[in-house]
Amino acid sequence: MSLQSKLESGKFAITCEVGPLKGTDIHEVEENAELLKGKVDAANVTDQQSSVMRLGSLVTSHVILQKGLEPIYQLVCRDRNRIALQSDLLSAWVLGIKNVLSITGDLPQLGDHPEAKAVFDLDSVTLLQAIGKLNNGTDMNGNELQGQPSFFPGAVVKVESDTEASMELQIAKLERKVAVGARFIQTQAVYDADSFGKFMKRVEKFKVPILAGVIPLKSAGMAKYMNRGVAGVSVPDDLIQKMTDATDKAATGIQICADLIKQLKPLCQGVHIMAIGWEKRVPEIIQAAGL
Amino acid sequence: MILSEQKPFEEILGYLDGEKSVFILGCNGCAQSSGSGGPVQVEEMKAKLEEAGKKVTGTKVIDFLCEKALVKSGLRGRVDQVAAADSILVMTCGIGIQAVAASVNKVCHPACNTVNLGGSRGEWRGSERCQECGQCLLDYTGGICPLTACTKSLISGACGGASNGKCELSPDRDCGWELIYNRLKAKGQLDKLKVFIDPLDHGKLMARPEMLATSRYALENLDQEVKVE
Repeated sequence: MSLQSKLESGKFAITCEVGPLKGTDIHEVEENAELLKGKVDAANVTDQQSSVMRLGSLVTSHVILQKGLEPIYQLVCRDRNRIALQSDLLSAWVLGIKNVLSITGDLPQLGDHPEAKAVFDLDSVTLLQAIGKLNNGTDMNGNELQGQPSFFPGAVVKVESDTEASMELQIAKLERKVAVGARFIQTQAVYDADSFGKFMKRVEKFKVPILAGVIPLKSAGMAKYMNRGVAGVSVPDDLIQKMTDATDKAATGIQICADLIKQLKPLCQGVHIMAIGWEKRVPEIIQAAGL
Repeated sequence: MILSEQKPFEEILGYLDGEKSVFILGCNGCAQSSGSGGPVQVEEMKAKLEEAGKKVTGTKVIDFLCEKALVKSGLRGRVDQVAAADSILVMTCGIGIQAVAASVNKVCHPACNTVNLGGSRGEWRGSERCQECGQCLLDYTGGICPLTACTKSLISGACGGASNGKCELSPDRDCGWELIYNRLKAKGQLDKLKVFIDPLDHGKLMARPEMLATSRYALENLDQEVKVE
């Protein structure tokens, strides 16, 4: 069953992430795809994540699709103008890619080519609008297409905000994303089910399936690093303490993640597991969460 | 005004490689205010070049090197010094360097880089900036420009990168969209956050071709017909 039919029929969906590497070696991506197919409904293929230059998400999406794993093709607005974005979308459809995730993208200054020109011709909202137009058989400017795609477009949202302005801006933007065509939403990593529940209460009126993002902890240091350096991620102190005390860090991190998924499941329509290097352990997490 | 800063001395010396003598030109306008090419910097440059073994045939600081008539009249009486030099080192902004190169039949080397003003008009007291986008959006954003206040120039609202109201680029920089939110809230205009703004027309954001490629807007050509090649 495709991600789209699963979400549209109201079933709980599981997605994860596959990150292309820097270089042309696709062995690991293919291995991960083999391992994950049948276990998750679809896998995000990240697009030059953190502004670090890597193998492209379009080709990698195609690679995992060939291996039988449904891709969610991530597309950031930092590196391409509207001509290239629309063209890449048409190419993706021709390659059999149906799910697209629209993302604005980090600034180049944060990556490994800080001298690069940031494009941001479109952003996550206006790109969704462009996808909607392609789905309706025209380009952004209304010129007719010969053969049209039928993408299942998604978008992202940050759940935890540290200021009122940030929170309200996230919700207002989510509303606009849904208004211009986002049909599923994946969230930034969540660690507090209560706070996630409150967020869900505020956004349920938008009537869009939401997949809660989770990142399994590998160490207390990783948790502290994310608290310090990743906007919108807040790992509570008791979880950090648990990780500090644990003798088997990996088993504890996976158990915490599985417990969290159990708490989140009744609140939302799916879970998005961002394993960050632990792709091969995703099936373990799913099993421990009883999914 | 135009803001300029001196190039690294090694880079300037590299331009002068293979040359024995140089004439130095400074500017009493913006370059003096910028501290990159006024009388003080011209004297400093002369001393450094002589120390590096170059012969400085003469120096001159002119009011506004961007004005070709002033360049020509300013160098009257220095013709011999200029002629004796292998080249001219011009210590001013990109316009001044071009104006000198167009006025004097001599190799002209730039001594300064011209700094992007980011939508300000030079050194400026206020924090407001205008990017000259040709499609003003200020009605939707509480009078704070999203193109200049947001480091990504986003028109559809904040990205997810801010921490405690600060931009992911630097903790010294406010998130432009949080400023916009707070302003809209203070003015009772939060409904504006629901407005969908069309993607920018980058044709309007770029300088118009006639601005870049001809001197149509130059006062010196006001009475002449400008031919576009």
